[in-house]
Amino acid sequence: MATEPLQALLQRAFPDATELRVEDRTGGGDHFHVTVRSPSFDGLPLLDQHRRVNDALAEPLRDGTIHELRITTRGTT
Amino acid sequence: MSELRDKIESVIANEPVALFMKGTPQFVMCGNSDRALRALRGAGAPVAAVDVLPDPAIRQELSAVSGWPTIPQVFVKGELIGGADIVEELAASGELEQRLETALGPDYRDSRTEHLVGVAD
Repeated sequence: MATEPLQALLQRAFPDATELRVEDRTGGGDHFHVTVRSPSFDGLPLLDQHRRVNDALAEPLRDGTIHELRITTRGTT
Repeated sequence: MSELRDKIESVIANEPVALFMKGTPQFVMCGNSDRALRALRGAGAPVAAVDVLPDPAIRQELSAVSGWPTIPQVFVKGELIGGADIVEELAASGELEQRLETALGPDYRDSRTEHLVGVAD
């Protein structure tokens, strides 16, 4: 899978994101590192921040198009 | 409720620190599982490891129990801490050791052991 569909899913889930990156770590289209910086993460525990990213990417995680996912989340404060 | 799910829930409830991983601590089969294991070792945590690879049903049941889609998953005293990224981040900030101390007591490093727990037949 290319990075663009994942980028689009994240964009939809985090329309207020100030930073949103999807990196294909191996070039193979199944190991990704996503970075999301959003004011909606402010004050939210890390577990819940990552849960929201997992939820946004639930479909490609479930069907196996994402084989390995690294997540970096940040609030804006 | 399935017998497998019972076993998974029992490991989560009864082990001070449970790590569901791909492979074993002696033979790790995935980079993220390795990162989580290293973070736990660095914090001096006792680790009960469960290899999810022998049976795909382990992973399915685990995710149904935890609501977390990916492997590895780390639990302390029955509470989901997170996957590799979270555990690594908490270890780097010192928060992991704080949380282990709060959950397991100040002497938690004394019981530092690693053992493998099987859940599949």
